[in-house]
Amino acid sequence: MRVVLAEDLALLRDGLIRLLEANDFEVVEAVDNGPSLSRALITQRPDVAVVDVRLPPTFTDEGLRAVIEARAVVPGLPVLVLSQYVEQLYARELLADRSGGVGYLLKDRVFNVAQFVDAVRQVAAGGTAMDPEVVAQLLTRRAGDRPLASLTPREREVLGLMAEGRSNAAVAARLFVTEKAVSKHTNNIFSKLGLPQSEDDNRRVLAVLAYLND
Amino acid sequence: MFREFVVRSRLLAISFVSLFLCTLSLVLFVLSIADLVLIAVWVGIPLLIKEIAVTRWLSGVHRKYAGGLLGEPIDVPYLRIPEGGMLVRARAILADPAYRRDVRWLLADGTAGLALACLGVAEGLLDMLFWWLPPGHAVHAHARLSRALLSPSEKSRLALRVEQLTESRAETVDTQAAELRRIERDLHDGAQARLVALGMSLAMAEEQLASDPEGARALLTEARTASSDALAELRSLIRGIHPPVLADRGLVGAVQALALASPIPVTVTADVPDRLPAPAESAGYFAVAEGLTNVIKHAQATSVRISLAHDGTALRAEVIDDGIGGADPDRGTGLRGIMRRLSAFDGALTVESPPGGPTKLVMVLPCVSSSPKTSPSSGTA
Repeated sequence: MRVVLAEDLALLRDGLIRLLEANDFEVVEAVDNGPSLSRALITQRPDVAVVDVRLPPTFTDEGLRAVIEARAVVPGLPVLVLSQYVEQLYARELLADRSGGVGYLLKDRVFNVAQFVDAVRQVAAGGTAMDPEVVAQLLTRRAGDRPLASLTPREREVLGLMAEGRSNAAVAARLFVTEKAVSKHTNNIFSKLGLPQSEDDNRRVLAVLAYLND
Repeated sequence: MFREFVVRSRLLAISFVSLFLCTLSLVLFVLSIADLVLIAVWVGIPLLIKEIAVTRWLSGVHRKYAGGLLGEPIDVPYLRIPEGGMLVRARAILADPAYRRDVRWLLADGTAGLALACLGVAEGLLDMLFWWLPPGHAVHAHARLSRALLSPSEKSRLALRVEQLTESRAETVDTQAAELRRIERDLHDGAQARLVALGMSLAMAEEQLASDPEGARALLTEARTASSDALAELRSLIRGIHPPVLADRGLVGAVQALALASPIPVTVTADVPDRLPAPAESAGYFAVAEGLTNVIKHAQATSVRISLAHDGTALRAEVIDDGIGGADPDRGTGLRGIMRRLSAFDGALTVESPPGGPTKLVMVLPCVSSSPKTSPSSGTA
């Protein structure tokens, strides 16, 4: 799997290259600034890009802007955005084109190598991988007169785990229920949110988007 | 006809009251001169303090009436009288530039004012008979005299300004020192302690690696957790110092992010330049954040509106909720914190919060923009 990596700190960049290559990813280009990233995303067309939000030259949200622009040119280009902090605002912006293939994780999630690699694969396959902290922020919000108000607490919980990028099997394992029970929940969620029958993956993305936009 | 009668009787009544008040002015003037002599034998000091209290009350009455009559409030020029012994207070009173002006006013009010009051009574009585004549010349002349002598002189204005600035600077310095202490404590007890634990776990794992690989693995897991915890703590600390989203997106983006994280639905409308000077952005952000926190904690609101606007010279932020009201800046530490933040910029907070709500906070923060104005944006979170 071909990966473009953007990280300005050499130490972290080298660590991520090592980690990805040890897990059978091929890092085709590693860049350390916004303009190089924009170019690399278009010329390399990687299977997935792993990108730090804050990059030179402005050291603000350069990386985020670069991937959003690139996805306007290459729709659905899978990107996993890493950051020292997560903002729901950014998660929303990343998912706004509704085409999936988006991950947004705290940098510390890299410590758990297996889960991180899983998230990269999930994103490359067109799924989503939202950081548990983004999801936690959402759970603190009071349900009011919103599309998600009709969901039961259990369904919200399932939706939160879906946002983190977990499959039905993984959700089932986490909640100590059967996979069948989980798929019943997900079907309820889809119909309550008015998401029509379609390929399951895309509906998952739309459900997560509804969740973030709530 | 009846209205005209009411107006004219009011003017006449004012003239009668003035007659009495101007006599009082004359008495106070004589007393204040006597005081200055008596200070030499100490008795004057307590007398001076009493006499000043009465003078200030009297000038206050004149300011209010003259201001009302002329349709434009007259500012109060007095510096704060410090706490402490009589000598301290007397010295502060005598040093206030407004004192000399007040004495001068007492003399003018006790003589020219008294004459105008007499004229006023005469004019008022005549006006009752001659309906067609426009009334109140003497009363207005008296009001203008009061305004000329009672509004703060340039010197008083500057003295007041210095007092304000000294106060707000002291508060800013105090707050800053307290903030630094808090950050130091948080780093010391939090991230720093966790890094020490992390180092210890790593050292022990290194030692056990050959003899007890399983134990070493457990220690490494512990080390990983400790580093995650340290990072989480640093993140929350950084958010409190300068939220990264504020650095990335400026005030509007940061307030939108704040709105998204709020448990109560928040609507944000904004019409401000892309970027404001960093200190203003930070103060504006934390003021709004504090306001929103207050709403979440106390207001029992179901929705909040935040609006941000910039008119070229000042940022104006409003936080309006539909909660229970009754917010009092004299009691809430949150609102006082907002005032402190704004006062460093010569800004101001006004609170409208009748019992039963709604509550409206208006924060004004003078600052010029450093970038061109962008198109208005709005959104609901």
